[in-house]
Amino acid sequence: MAKKVAFLQGNEAAAHGAIYAGCNFFAGYPITPSTEVAEVCSLELPKLGGKFIQMEDEIGAMAAILGASLAGSKVLTATSGPGLSLKQELIGYGCIAEIPCVIYNVMRGGPSTGMPTGPSQSDVMAAKWGTHGDHPAILLVPASVQETYEEIIRAFNLSEKYRTPVMVMPDEIVAHMRERIVFPEPGEIEVVPRKAPTVPPEQYKPYDTSFGDVPPLASYGTGYKFHVTGLNKMQDGFPTTKAEIVQAEEERQVRKVNANVDDIVTFEEYLLDDAEVVVIAYGSTSRSARYAVNAAREQGIKAGMFRIKTFWPFPDKQIKALAGKVKGFVTPEMNLGMCTGEVERCAQGKVPVLGIFRVDGEPINPDQIVAKIKEVK
Amino acid sequence: MSRYELRFSGAGGQGLITAGIIMAKAASIYEGKQAVQSQSYGPEARGGASKSEVIISDGPIDYPKVTACDALLAMTQEACNKYSHDLKDGGVLLVDSDLVTTLPKGNFKTVAFPIINTAKNEVGREIVANIVALGAMVALTGQVSRENAEKAVLSSVPEAFLELNKKAFSMGYEKALAAKI
Repeated sequence: MAKKVAFLQGNEAAAHGAIYAGCNFFAGYPITPSTEVAEVCSLELPKLGGKFIQMEDEIGAMAAILGASLAGSKVLTATSGPGLSLKQELIGYGCIAEIPCVIYNVMRGGPSTGMPTGPSQSDVMAAKWGTHGDHPAILLVPASVQETYEEIIRAFNLSEKYRTPVMVMPDEIVAHMRERIVFPEPGEIEVVPRKAPTVPPEQYKPYDTSFGDVPPLASYGTGYKFHVTGLNKMQDGFPTTKAEIVQAEEERQVRKVNANVDDIVTFEEYLLDDAEVVVIAYGSTSRSARYAVNAAREQGIKAGMFRIKTFWPFPDKQIKALAGKVKGFVTPEMNLGMCTGEVERCAQGKVPVLGIFRVDGEPINPDQIVAKIKEVK
Repeated sequence: MSRYELRFSGAGGQGLITAGIIMAKAASIYEGKQAVQSQSYGPEARGGASKSEVIISDGPIDYPKVTACDALLAMTQEACNKYSHDLKDGGVLLVDSDLVTTLPKGNFKTVAFPIINTAKNEVGREIVANIVALGAMVALTGQVSRENAEKAVLSSVPEAFLELNKKAFSMGYEKALAAKI
């Protein structure tokens, strides 16, 4: 049987992808340019027995999804820059309390209210450093409508597997762009369930590391009673200030993600085999980059592209390896150098890193990238 | 690889984003080509400059925006002034002749007819002016067949207005063919 196809926006695909992944709870405070996610969830989730709540504000929406997740739901919220700022306090709570959830943030111009309808890529650092304190960060940056659908499924899977908030951040172009999408059949893409406790309620501890770095999470309402707090905690979930416990727990929370980068980090290599100049790009900017790389090749320049699909953890290993082989990197992005700084860190001074930065609400066009490729000597 | 670039431009509220979506849907769902539709618009619900861009190709489409425009629809003078600069040699410009009176000069074909007035007086409802324009763009660009474009129109509008939109689409298609000659 032919697969179902549709002509959809990135935002609409995100909502449908979430539902494929088993999302049954959405809470949000609709904001341009992510509103369509809330719109589709409000129409579709109730039909499937799920819940849609339009909350009173952004942090309320974040609180609602954390609560629903603790009660066993797979949860999603959608927002954009200003909303992401307002959610940050509880994103940190989700990290320390280790509550799976997916935060979909469409990048528009910032800071503050910025440019609501203009594209941007300036929230990638807020995904890692927006909430204070050391904590794990996973950020996926899709570049097409189909990929937005697939990456939000992966986001749900990673959030369950590593018991942590996961962010998906398309830029406004990907979020509002329409393309043909082919829906996978049920079962075609893996959906990871939450690891349930194997011990009876009286023996259960929510942070029991005898089960490894990612302890099983019981659902409220199933007979398991446990304490959840934003304070540094012991294995039973109650607060502690004991130095050795706090140190070990903080390290474990970051390690559970950072020790598994090979499982989490994804990327695409385009014409890298003989490339002398490598464009490192993500989101819609990678589409300009692909066009530019093809144009440069036509002019006899050995250009290639490394496309970042997982922004956090950053693909350090891959970019460090490339830095030893190429003449230079070109880093186009719709911010003033956020990814460029990370690439410079990985390049370790071995090769030049030439950034192209736009924050005027316009996409980086292929000509700009071709011109910059030519600057690499 | 063939890459054909269209831009639908005018004022917010004229339905140009919808027209672009239907063109792209016709190409990607019914014509078997690939298509990407994107848009840019101001924060206003109505008014302000609005544009919707459609790229149609036989193969995968990377850059989703117009690089050099093959076909431009301009429904206001402001949009025509703002967006006609990158029209290709041999391209086509379609304007509403009541609203766009100063035409840009260039090595492209210009087709003008009263699009909004056609919708108002000949189809019966001004609100379908975007579908009249779409019909005309389909005729002028030849990127999708008339049948496939009509299918895309009918699958995109409310059931109660199928006939109205069908009529608007045909009227635009015919007028553009007549104006082209």
